[in-house]
Amino acid sequence: MEAFFASNFGIFLIIVGQALLVVAFMLVSAMFLVYGDRKIWGAVQMRRGPNVVGPWGLLQLIADFLKYIVKEVLIPAGADKAVFLLAPLVGFILSLLAWAVIPFSGRMILADINVAVLFIFAVSSLEVYGVIMGGWASNSKYPFLGALRSAAQMISYEVSIGFIIVGIIISTGSLSLVDIVNAQDGSYGFFSWYWLPHFPMVFLFFISALAETNRPPFDLPEAESELVAGYQVEYSSTPFLLYMIGEYFAIWLMCALTVLFFFGGWLSPFSFLPDSPLWMVGKMAFFFFMFAMVKAITPRYRYDQLMRIGWKVFLPLSLAWVVIVASLAFYDGYDKNLGGAYARWTVEGEK
Amino acid sequence: MTITLFAFYVFAATAIGSGLLVVLARNPVHSVLWLILAFFSVAGLFVLMGAEYIAMLLAIVYVGAVAVLFLFVVMMLDVDFVQLRSGVANYLPFGALIAGILLMELGMVYGHWTFAGEAGNLLQSPTPDLTEVPNTYALGQLIYTDYIYLFQASGLILLVAMIGAIVLTLRHRTDIKRQSVVAQMHRDPAKAMEMRDVKPGQGL
Repeated sequence: MEAFFASNFGIFLIIVGQALLVVAFMLVSAMFLVYGDRKIWGAVQMRRGPNVVGPWGLLQLIADFLKYIVKEVLIPAGADKAVFLLAPLVGFILSLLAWAVIPFSGRMILADINVAVLFIFAVSSLEVYGVIMGGWASNSKYPFLGALRSAAQMISYEVSIGFIIVGIIISTGSLSLVDIVNAQDGSYGFFSWYWLPHFPMVFLFFISALAETNRPPFDLPEAESELVAGYQVEYSSTPFLLYMIGEYFAIWLMCALTVLFFFGGWLSPFSFLPDSPLWMVGKMAFFFFMFAMVKAITPRYRYDQLMRIGWKVFLPLSLAWVVIVASLAFYDGYDKNLGGAYARWTVEGEK
Repeated sequence: MTITLFAFYVFAATAIGSGLLVVLARNPVHSVLWLILAFFSVAGLFVLMGAEYIAMLLAIVYVGAVAVLFLFVVMMLDVDFVQLRSGVANYLPFGALIAGILLMELGMVYGHWTFAGEAGNLLQSPTPDLTEVPNTYALGQLIYTDYIYLFQASGLILLVAMIGAIVLTLRHRTDIKRQSVVAQMHRDPAKAMEMRDVKPGQGL
């Protein structure tokens, strides 16, 4: 048996099995994310939210799922058929692809590549194609306007997210997510995580993540009062479902990144409790709760205000932070036992 | 056939095929989409060569930023496709000639490229052994430590080019309505509103 799993085919099977495991985890969590989103939103507005299908409405999403896939796929007469159907696939697959490098613990990771942060950045910068292609192929004005807005918004906020991540990378000296979490494992538990030394960037990252995933208050691409539903107007049935699940995958990914970069991933906040992947999922769920609360309690921004914040506030702040972190890291004590706050290089580097 | 070899052929065939379709596609937007696929397969080839940093950078910069701008421009342009295709027969011989010359030059360079014996010793900063150092680290060492002045100089050149592009296209228009964000933020109800008591049937 062991010999079989050491052969090429065995290794292939193991990798496929692990990939399916991640996909299954993602699909199940997407189901409960949509449910949680609607429940929290409902609670804030003093409604009940979904409560009919199954106990506490927990199976609502299965009912919705069935409804989506048995409906007819409508393709507008003037649409570019191939691109129209390809676009939701691109959006869905790319948002799932980034999960290949997300570690749930030091060993529970599909592909521990040493440029994991760049990989995630590359994949999330490609996600914009799902939106642009969908908006263009629909051959209709509201989807096109929504697609243009979405593309401009995602590109703008990627810049500030990039600079915030550069600060983290300077502190860690590695592009691997496992190294980034290990660097946060200090003697002060909760207080050695990056949220404290990189404090202002936590807020910037969270707000940029809202804009990057087109969540309220930055959901301009699908602002229903102006653009009907933005780039999704012409989509129905399964293609629409793919868009929607892809969106929740992207949100869940942003929660995972917040946890990995600033809140110590799978590390336990208390020294008397063991580190575990459950911490990771629990922290991610907390940040998803924050996403849902922001959606429930904030009014939508105006588009020019959104662009102004991205380029004139977030970009200079995050750029200045890179310079500050670089100098702090250079003059920081390297000795990890003394608790170097900004320079926790795991790769042997020269000071 | 090993998996690496198989992956190489898949990526190489996709790159060439989509490169051809960039030229042959009738719709310019489709051309750009094929171009993106070509970039992507080339990134895959870089990964196979062990240059994962360059591969990711190619995906981020070219696919994630440059191609998006291409796509924007091509989508917004109102191009007449028929007119665009009309001169193909006239330009084809000339284009084929240029392509032939380039191919011949490439072949000549490739056939005669040899390193001089002492070239290795003349390198100021030899490439580190990639089995010991990750190539991201090696590249960082070269760019930010060994060749930092050259790197900064090229950055300055890019900055000048950027300022030039902005200056060339900047027109200060006076005929549009502008918003002052500071003024907007300092509005308060006392300045913006006036309470009037409206009598029924009389109006203001």
